[in-house]
Amino acid sequence: MIIHHPLLGPRDSAEFIYLGDASLMERPDPKAENAQELFYKYLYLRDNPAGEHKELWYHEQGDRSWLILTRNTVTHEITHVELARRSK
Amino acid sequence: MSLVDETQKLNFTFDGKAYQGHAGDTLASALLRSGVKLVGRSFKYHRPRGFLGAGTDDPNGLVEIHGKDVCEPNRQATTIKLFEGLDAKSQNRSPSLGFDVLAINDWLSPFLSAGFYYKTFMWPKAFWEKVYEPAIRRAAGLGRLIQEPDPDHYDKGFLHCDLLIIGGGPAGLMTALNAGRSGKRVILANDDFELGGRLLSDPIEIDDAPALDWVSKTIVELRSMDHVRVLDRTSVYGVFDHGIYGALETKTDKIGAPGARMVLWKIYAKSSVLAAGATERPIAFPNNDRPGIMLASAVRTFQNRFGVNCGNATTLFFNNNNALSTISDVQIDVRSGRYVIDTSGRKALNSITLNDGTEISTDCLAMSGGWNPNVHLTCHKRSRPVWNEERACFLPDTATLPPEMIVVGAANGAFTISEVFESAVTASIAMDLNPGKTPKTQGPNFEIQPFWHVKSKKRSWVDFQNDVTSKDITLAHQEGFSSVEHLKRYTTLGMATDQGRTSNVVGLAVLAEATGKTIAETGTTMFRPPYTPVPLGAFAGAHKGQHFKPTRLTPSHRYAAENGAVFVESGYWKRTQWLQRPGEQGWRDSVDREVVTTRSSVGICDVSTLGKIDIQGQDSGKFLNKVYVNTFSTLKPGRCRYGLMLREDGIAMDDGTSARLSDSHYVMTTTTANAVSVFRHLEFARQCLFPDMDVHLISTTEQWAQYSIAGPNARRLLQKLVDQEHDISNEAFPYMACANITVCGGTRARLFRLSFSGELAYELAVPRRYGDALIRALMKEGEEFGACLYGTEALGAMRIEKGHAAGNELNGQTTATHLGLGGFVSKKKDCIGKVLSQREGLIDDNGLRLVGLKSVDPNQNLTNGAHFINDNDPRIAEHDQGHMSSVAWSPELHCYVGLGFLKGGDKRMGDELWAVDFVRDHHVKVKVVSPHFVDPDGERLRV
Repeated sequence: MIIHHPLLGPRDSAEFIYLGDASLMERPDPKAENAQELFYKYLYLRDNPAGEHKELWYHEQGDRSWLILTRNTVTHEITHVELARRSK
Repeated sequence: MSLVDETQKLNFTFDGKAYQGHAGDTLASALLRSGVKLVGRSFKYHRPRGFLGAGTDDPNGLVEIHGKDVCEPNRQATTIKLFEGLDAKSQNRSPSLGFDVLAINDWLSPFLSAGFYYKTFMWPKAFWEKVYEPAIRRAAGLGRLIQEPDPDHYDKGFLHCDLLIIGGGPAGLMTALNAGRSGKRVILANDDFELGGRLLSDPIEIDDAPALDWVSKTIVELRSMDHVRVLDRTSVYGVFDHGIYGALETKTDKIGAPGARMVLWKIYAKSSVLAAGATERPIAFPNNDRPGIMLASAVRTFQNRFGVNCGNATTLFFNNNNALSTISDVQIDVRSGRYVIDTSGRKALNSITLNDGTEISTDCLAMSGGWNPNVHLTCHKRSRPVWNEERACFLPDTATLPPEMIVVGAANGAFTISEVFESAVTASIAMDLNPGKTPKTQGPNFEIQPFWHVKSKKRSWVDFQNDVTSKDITLAHQEGFSSVEHLKRYTTLGMATDQGRTSNVVGLAVLAEATGKTIAETGTTMFRPPYTPVPLGAFAGAHKGQHFKPTRLTPSHRYAAENGAVFVESGYWKRTQWLQRPGEQGWRDSVDREVVTTRSSVGICDVSTLGKIDIQGQDSGKFLNKVYVNTFSTLKPGRCRYGLMLREDGIAMDDGTSARLSDSHYVMTTTTANAVSVFRHLEFARQCLFPDMDVHLISTTEQWAQYSIAGPNARRLLQKLVDQEHDISNEAFPYMACANITVCGGTRARLFRLSFSGELAYELAVPRRYGDALIRALMKEGEEFGACLYGTEALGAMRIEKGHAAGNELNGQTTATHLGLGGFVSKKKDCIGKVLSQREGLIDDNGLRLVGLKSVDPNQNLTNGAHFINDNDPRIAEHDQGHMSSVAWSPELHCYVGLGFLKGGDKRMGDELWAVDFVRDHHVKVKVVSPHFVDPDGERLRV
């Protein structure tokens, strides 16, 4: 695959490490009353869509940016790439 | 008019016998010219076989290429470019190709039908592995694997282009010319060693001249363009995501030749043109596999390209007018209602019998059942080909092709030369290329009358390479294996090395007839990469032996190697494990000496492999509070602190120390093993979880050479090297202090007063380039104290004596509480992993706790991995109380000491229980003690 890095242009996916669902960006409030329940859901429960998926990739063999890709898990088409730190 | 150079003779051997061929020959053409028609034995029945095809389509002529001590099996003789000294041997026969004892299988064929393994070798069950399978493997099969390392070199490369053209036949050449003339960066990959495709084989005229004139002119023009690269003998084997193509270039077939034998290319192309041509189909009539029965296109190739006559009396059996250019003595056109119902001749064809009873003497039968476009590469991205009734073939589905791919020529069903050029021109226009002048060609339109197989009680071969006959297919259907994917796996149709190149569509047609469905309804099996076989050596490339992975050497490596070091691999690092001095008998002698020297005077250890992460920014302290369980924002500049890091699930991830060099500058150390993953984790926390914090990270693991200097004389040794203006007395530079200093007359350095051994100790870091000089200076100045360099074994022994957790304890299953570090977890702040570390199962009062263990009988040794069982309990898993995680001989205590995890261990000091080790059959009664065996109050650290 080729990932269009927002800063560095097209890069081979071999330069990246895949982490998973971009919902990992949404760390729950540790002070919440049901924090354990929220963290359990945050860490262990994932959707597994056949289709568009927002996911985290790390440019480890590059500039070390964490990216959020919107990738179709069926066709591997990547429709959007953004810097994770800019997405918040 | 052939393409071989008769003036240039090449000597080769086949099955040990010497032959001669010419430059431009394949092994196959040279053998046929020498009169060798029998070249192989079939997979299951050991039937004599000759060439069916003349190129990548041939299923029969698989040979071994021999080198000095090794050989490569399953190579197609039709694709081996003849070279001087080629040593080839036939396969799957014993004792010889002419006399093969397992030809008896041919007589036993009624018992060897589809699925016979499953039916026959059912019982006794134990016989499968020991008796049946080994026997079957010997009897059935193609080449043998040689259990020797591959002596050849393979290389890898990366290429980029605007347009990748796959196939060097008329369609590929024409498109390449148009693209080249339009200024595109073009790569033309041609699997043959000659460009031209069918123009090399068929008597075709272009612009009123022989087609080869057009080919020569085109090649000259293409090779004159710098932006066009022609890759000969390069097979594109896979289409991957986003315009990435895999291709294998064969530089030479010779084993042991200098340079790379093959190159595996990864090609990045903006768009591609598939011009892969088509493969002729055989017809399944009884005994259609005898040597001398060939595809009509193969007969033409041998005749025209190589100047070899395949027989003295050639008969043509065909269902389409494309075959008519084959020179033959007799023609059998299925449209006339005549067809072949049997053949004779054991090792070579003598005669054929027709359905009207005619018997014809012939030694070469050229057959053509139509053409299969080579659509495989269009299917690697989930497209499925569609059946075209008029041409009786599967065509690429233009609606679902891989992105930016266009299919031209015979691969798209253009079976006449006029259609080929038309399709190349149409494609060129679609790609905004100047289409140029269309070459002038003529000939009749393509006509075909589908004709698949002749019904008979005799066997008619469909898959020649895996010995699958039309009877096997109908039998599979009768037994319920009627879907194409089931049929394939039950009969092995199309599962041999050629992946059914000639057989798949015939097989589908026979199945369709049996099921009463159309071929379109029957569909094809899925085509997956690789399209052509790729040796594993090519995937490995240069990454083999010591180059399998990179090697990282520590700054003290050279010095250590000069001084008897034994190295151990730790990830990519080679670390000093111990240093053997003259007179030391085994590793324990060396390790014990290193421990004793360190604890009694001073020892030096290279700790440069520890991960070092430079952390800067106004929020660095706040950030560390988030990633460590304990608080770092309150740490004073000039001080260090031990830190424990959790994963978000609450399990301990890594530990180490962080030093605060200034208000906004920390230096973190990680364990050697986790240096990369901790850095990744910190970047995740920084960019994804806390993007508003002002904090920046950079790994400096490679930038600093760092040595631990430990032992009662550590300070006295350091004082000889540290420049005068830096006071490192106990008062000025106490335990857990850190500072930027200079050593050896102005060399920049960092000094940390840290101890992993439990002794008075420092870690001294200098820029990496001074690492070798520093270790030599330390050892020289240390001579007066009898200083020694120590390795990872001594390091491990001392940390166990001291009760420090390391990799065996931070094993991905333990929490801060398990490690006895529960008190470290700050109650005042959140950190990654804190919430989930408080889950019920992880904070059980009776859960595992880190304890120390000693053998009750001091003469007994302890073993790592032993499980704890209470004194009177049965020694079964149900009564498991925990396990031993680390053991070492303690030169200080003169006994073995161990660390382990014991249920409720913190409340069981003084208990005695059994450490049970069934693996080594070693059971020892142990006593539970504090894990801090040496200097439990830490007095030595602070002197």
